[in-house]
Amino acid sequence: MHVRPILSALRRHRTTATLIILEIALTCAIVCNAVFLIHDRLSRIDQPSGLDERDLIRIQITGIDKTADAVALGRQDLQALRTLPGVRHAACTNMLPFSSSSMTGAARTEPGDAAPKVKVTMYMGSPDLLETLGVGLVAGRAFTPDEYVGLDAVQADQTPLPSVIVTRDAAERLLPGKNPLGQRLYILGKAPQVVVGVIDRLAPSTGGPDPAEPSYAVVLPVHYPYSIGGTYLLQVDPARQAEVLGAVDAALARVDRNRIVQSRESYAEIRDAFFRQDRSLAYLLTGVSITLLAVTGFGIVGLASFWVQQRTRQIGVRRALGATRGDITRYFQLENFLLTTAGIAVGMVLAYAINLWLMHRYQIARLPAGFLPIGAGLLWLLGQLAVLGPARRAAAIPPAIATRSV
Amino acid sequence: MTAVFGYYLELAGRSLRRHVVLTALMIATIGFGVGASMTTLTVLHVLSRDPIPGKSHELYYVQLDPRKAGGAAPDEEPESQLTRADAEALLRAGRADRQAMMVGGNAAVEPVTEGAASSALPASMVDARWTSADLFAMFEVPFAAGGGWTAEDDARAARVVVITRALAEKLFGAVAVTGRTVRVNGIAMRIVGVIDRWSVSPHFYDLTVGAYGIDEQLFAPFSTSRALQFGRSGDMNCWAYASDLEAVGAPCTWIQLWVELGSQPRAAAYHDFLVQYSEDERKAGRFERPPNVRLRDVTAWLDHKQIVPDEVHLQIAIAFGFLAVCLINTVGLLLTKFLRRSAEIGVRRALGASRRSIFLQLLVEAGMIGVAGGVLGLGLAWLGLWAVRHQPTSYAELARLDLPMLAATVALAVASSLCAGLLPAWRGCHLPPAIQLKSQ
Repeated sequence: MHVRPILSALRRHRTTATLIILEIALTCAIVCNAVFLIHDRLSRIDQPSGLDERDLIRIQITGIDKTADAVALGRQDLQALRTLPGVRHAACTNMLPFSSSSMTGAARTEPGDAAPKVKVTMYMGSPDLLETLGVGLVAGRAFTPDEYVGLDAVQADQTPLPSVIVTRDAAERLLPGKNPLGQRLYILGKAPQVVVGVIDRLAPSTGGPDPAEPSYAVVLPVHYPYSIGGTYLLQVDPARQAEVLGAVDAALARVDRNRIVQSRESYAEIRDAFFRQDRSLAYLLTGVSITLLAVTGFGIVGLASFWVQQRTRQIGVRRALGATRGDITRYFQLENFLLTTAGIAVGMVLAYAINLWLMHRYQIARLPAGFLPIGAGLLWLLGQLAVLGPARRAAAIPPAIATRSV
Repeated sequence: MTAVFGYYLELAGRSLRRHVVLTALMIATIGFGVGASMTTLTVLHVLSRDPIPGKSHELYYVQLDPRKAGGAAPDEEPESQLTRADAEALLRAGRADRQAMMVGGNAAVEPVTEGAASSALPASMVDARWTSADLFAMFEVPFAAGGGWTAEDDARAARVVVITRALAEKLFGAVAVTGRTVRVNGIAMRIVGVIDRWSVSPHFYDLTVGAYGIDEQLFAPFSTSRALQFGRSGDMNCWAYASDLEAVGAPCTWIQLWVELGSQPRAAAYHDFLVQYSEDERKAGRFERPPNVRLRDVTAWLDHKQIVPDEVHLQIAIAFGFLAVCLINTVGLLLTKFLRRSAEIGVRRALGASRRSIFLQLLVEAGMIGVAGGVLGLGLAWLGLWAVRHQPTSYAELARLDLPMLAATVALAVASSLCAGLLPAWRGCHLPPAIQLKSQ
C-alpha cells in the first residue's frame, strides 16, 4: 500500500485533517495523564499498613467527667475489654495508620535544635500495642514495663524517655549502614532514646508517602490516656467480630458510665473511609477517560463517513480500474493510522507538558515513559475501530458508480 | 431582520432534522463538555464563596510571632494562631471596635429537666466553640431567643452557654429555652441565647477544625472552658516543653483572635499597635524575634490559606481539557456538515445570497446546537452535582446550582458552540457559488 496518494489526498483536506490530529493529540495527552493518575491513586489505596488488618477493631470513647484519672480508668477499660470472648489483645494508642489524626516530630542523631532532623510519626500507647497491631519485631526486643513514662511527664521534659522502637525504613534513613540496635536518637526531651527494637513496617498515620517530606514511623514507650484523643484497639477473632462489636459498649459502661462511645469500627472500614477520596478521583478519571475516548471515536466515525461520501466517485473509479475491496478498506485504515500516529506524536509532547504543569502545581510525580505506549495503543485501537465502519461502507461501493453522476 | 432571523432558524431546524444522528452527536458532545465543566466550576463557585458578605473587609485576623529566635527565616510567615497569653492581652487591650478570641472544642451535652435527678436523654457529643462576648455581634449571629453573654460573664467565667436552634430542639423540643439549664461535660450551665439558622461556609474564623461542613452547636465563654478544663480541638503548635500546654504562659499557639475595624485608617492603626505590642514584648524578654505581624481581612485570610482543595482545581482542569476535545470534535463535525451541503449553499449563493447571510445562517445553526447542548449540559451538571453531593467530602452538601451558575451554563454552551461554528461557517460561506451547480 502506498502512503504517497494518501498524503496528497489529506493535503487537500488540510483543515479537517488538522482538526482530527489535534483532537487525537489532546485526547492522548489527557488519557495518558489520567491513566497515570489513576495508577497513582490505586497504588496509594493499596499501600500496606504493616498491620494485621483483618483482625483489628477501633473503639473511640470520650469522658464527660474531667476529674477522673484517665490513665487508671484506661487500664481498667483494657482489662474489661480483654475479658470479652473473641478478643485476643487490647491496647490504647494515640493513632493508627490511615486515620486522620497524626502526631509528628523530629528525630535527630545529635542533640540540639541545629542538628539535621528527619520527620517521624510518633506512635505511643499501652505496653501491648505492637502485639495488638500484629506488628512483629525483626530485631531487638519489645519495651520493658519500667521503660514506660506518662505523657504529662514527657511533655514537661521531667522524666527522660529511655528507649524507642523504629521501623526498618526509619533505621535506614536515620542510621544508614549501621546496626540500629543500641544507637541513640533524640526525639522527645533533652535526653536521647536508645533504639531497642526494629519492626518491619508501620505506615505513617496520614497515609501516602509525602514526596516532599517523607515521614518514618517510630514507637515510643509513652502511656497515652484515652481522654486526649486516645483510642482503644482490639485484636479479635474475625469470626466473632460482630459479637465483640456488640458487647463493647456494655463492657465500657460497667467500668464507668460517664463516657460516650463515639465510634466502633473494623480496620477495613477505617481504611475504606480514609482512601474514599482517592477512590472517587480514580473513578472520576476513569469515567472522563472513557467518555473522552468515546467522543473522539465518534468524531472519527463522523469525519471518516464524510470523506467516504465525498470520495464515492473516486472510489468507484478505483474499483473499476481493478482495486479490490480490501484495497479500499486498507486505504482508509492506513489513512486513519497515519492521522492517529501524527496525533499521538503531538499528544506525547502535550502529555509531558501537562504532566510538568501537574508536577509543578500538585506535587505529582513525573509521568513514567511506560504510560505513553498505553495511551498510544489505546488511540491506535480506537482509531482503527472507529474507521472500520466507514471503511467497510467505502469498500461496498460498486465499481459501476464511476459511470454515474452523483 | 427578525423575519430573516426566523428564516435562518427554520433553515437550521430543517437541516438539523435531516441528519438526526449527526445533530444528536454534536448536541451530546457539547452537552457532555459543558456539563462536566459546569459541575466542577459550580463546586469551585460554592467553595470560594464569601462567608460573611458585607463584613469580609471589616473583620481582621491577628497573627504574631512569639517563637524562639533560632531557625527564623527572613520574610517568614508568623505563627498562624496566638498563644493564650497574647490573645488574652490583646483582648484586654480592646484597641479594636470589637474583638473576640476563640478556639474549637467539643462537649457532651444533656438537658436538665426539672424534678428529674438525671436526664432521660443520653448525653450527645457536639462541636463547640469557646470564645468571648463580642463574637456574636462581630459575626452578626441571628438569635431566635435571648442573646450572647456579656464581657462581665467572660471576666468571671460565668457558667453560661449559647446553643443553636437545632440543638435546642433536640434537647428540649422547643426553641425558647433561655434560662433553662444544660449539663455540658457534666457541668450545669445556663442557656442565655438560642442562635437562629446560621451557617458559615467556609468556616473562615477557624480553619484548623476544617473549612467546610463544620457545624458548631454550642458556644461558651473561653474563660469558663479553661476554668472547667473542657477539651479543645484544632491545631496546636509548641516550640518548647511545658507541663500544661494550655496554660497562660505555655509556649504554644492554639487560639484565634478576630478583630473588627471599621475603616482602613483604623486597620492601619491596629497594625501599628500590633507592631508596638511585639516590640514591647521583645523588650520585656518574652518575644525573641523582631516584630513580625499580619493583619488580614477575611478575604485575604481565605486567599492566603488556599482553602479550596487541590483536587477541585485538578477536576476543573480535567473538565476543561475534556471541553476542549468536545469543541474540536464539534468543529470537525460542523465542518463536515456544512461542506456536505456545498450544493445547497452554492444554489443559495448563485441565487443572490451574500456571503454574510450564508455565514449568519450557518452560525444560527451552530447556535441552535449550542442551546440544545446547553439544556443537556444543564441536566448533566445537575446530575454531576448530585453525584458530588453523594461524595464523602466535607463540602458535599454545598454543591448546588444557583441562578448565576444556571445562566453561566447556558452561556458557556452557546458561546462554545458559536466558537466551534466560526471556522466551519467561514469555510461554508466561502464556497464558490457556480461550481457547486455542476455535477461533482
